[in-house]
Amino acid sequence: MIPAQFEYVRPGSLAEASQALASDEDAKVLAGGQSLLPLLRLRLAYPSTLVDVGRLDELKGVHDRGDHVFIGAMATHDEVMRSDVVNAGCPLVALAAAHVADPAIRHRGTFGGSLAHADPAGDMPAVVLALDGVFVARSARGEREIPAADFFVDYLESSLGPGEILAGVKIPKLGEGWGFHYEKFHRTAQAWAIVGVAAAVKRSNGAIAEARIGLTNMGPTPVRARATESALQGMELGDQIRQACEEAAADTSPPSDLHAQPDFRRHLARVLTHRAVRTAAGTP
Amino acid sequence: MPRITVTVDGVKYEEDVEPRLLLVHLLRERLGKTGTPVGCDTSNCGACTVMLDGKSVKSCSVLAVQADGCDVVTIEGLGVNGSMHPMQQAFHEEHALQCGYCTPGMVMAAIDLLRDDPDPSEERIRHGLEGNLCRCTGYCNIVRAVRRGAQEMGRAVTMP
Repeated sequence: MIPAQFEYVRPGSLAEASQALASDEDAKVLAGGQSLLPLLRLRLAYPSTLVDVGRLDELKGVHDRGDHVFIGAMATHDEVMRSDVVNAGCPLVALAAAHVADPAIRHRGTFGGSLAHADPAGDMPAVVLALDGVFVARSARGEREIPAADFFVDYLESSLGPGEILAGVKIPKLGEGWGFHYEKFHRTAQAWAIVGVAAAVKRSNGAIAEARIGLTNMGPTPVRARATESALQGMELGDQIRQACEEAAADTSPPSDLHAQPDFRRHLARVLTHRAVRTAAGTP
Repeated sequence: MPRITVTVDGVKYEEDVEPRLLLVHLLRERLGKTGTPVGCDTSNCGACTVMLDGKSVKSCSVLAVQADGCDVVTIEGLGVNGSMHPMQQAFHEEHALQCGYCTPGMVMAAIDLLRDDPDPSEERIRHGLEGNLCRCTGYCNIVRAVRRGAQEMGRAVTMP
């Protein structure tokens, strides 16, 4: 279908973009458009104005900043998955980026766009949550840092305020001894995750020193599998890991849709978490 | 109404476009490039795949205004002097189509895949084409065609 009418502006700077956004509460940011344009075509969204930030250099690129990697909001999934800096500093992000949709969509779709869209079925939110990323938002009021745990508020809702634009995300480097995996369960190759699990596991002397687990599509926002994370801490590698992963769906409220009912999603969360943790720990 | 400049299949166009005009509609309805079909309304099928500044995109998921200043290559821009591109020829030789609706997108996605891997394995091809749906063939002949197209293109590159 053809989208409903809207105005289009292409600001020359982030400050101008923020102003355009602040002056019209029905305006929306257009990044790569790979989530927004389908919504417009299906007439599920009716923004008054699209503020196209796609050409703002301030939002582009991936930067090694010592103790963290800064991924610009307009870095595409394709750039992220190929980036040497991301692969070295936060490999889980690169791994998961390769699971997003398909090659053509990864050429346009952006890291920041998929996070600001705050779709709990998207792959990136759970990954950034698991890695305790820090969101950097800019507006006329200046710069604000938002911890990942506070960024995702509800279904398709982030804590970005009026006039605030996501500039990028700081992903802390985890250092030595960590392994990573993203396990995605979906019906067809390019489909959304029915459930996804992002796991980062630190091994030490044959045991798990620390585990961080983010769950995709297990509630209105991405969530951490806290109970499993605690249970895994200090656990020796072996069959008992499966037991710890039985807690993966605790305190979640998974959605019900055409593809899966909540009980099936809880089952998937347990099974996929076990796979993700074992693979991340290097014991497949 | 924004005015955009866009190069399509080597020809430069200046067009006044409504912001909501999709790139695929610009190509088909304004520029007559009907070789690029619209297959779905959900960004799933990949039939409308074109190259935008050298990378595959689904032209139903790009606004024409976003393509301002860009270079677009459609299925109609692949052949040279009336002869088919090696990948098009390979799809013909391997009978990689039945109804043909997905074919333009498949060919564009296949050429894009070869930028990355000039000699892709069957598995790589299946992954590389995961954004393109074919409801007729079962994909076997498409995979064969991409293998053959890759070999032909490799030969063309290494020719003196």
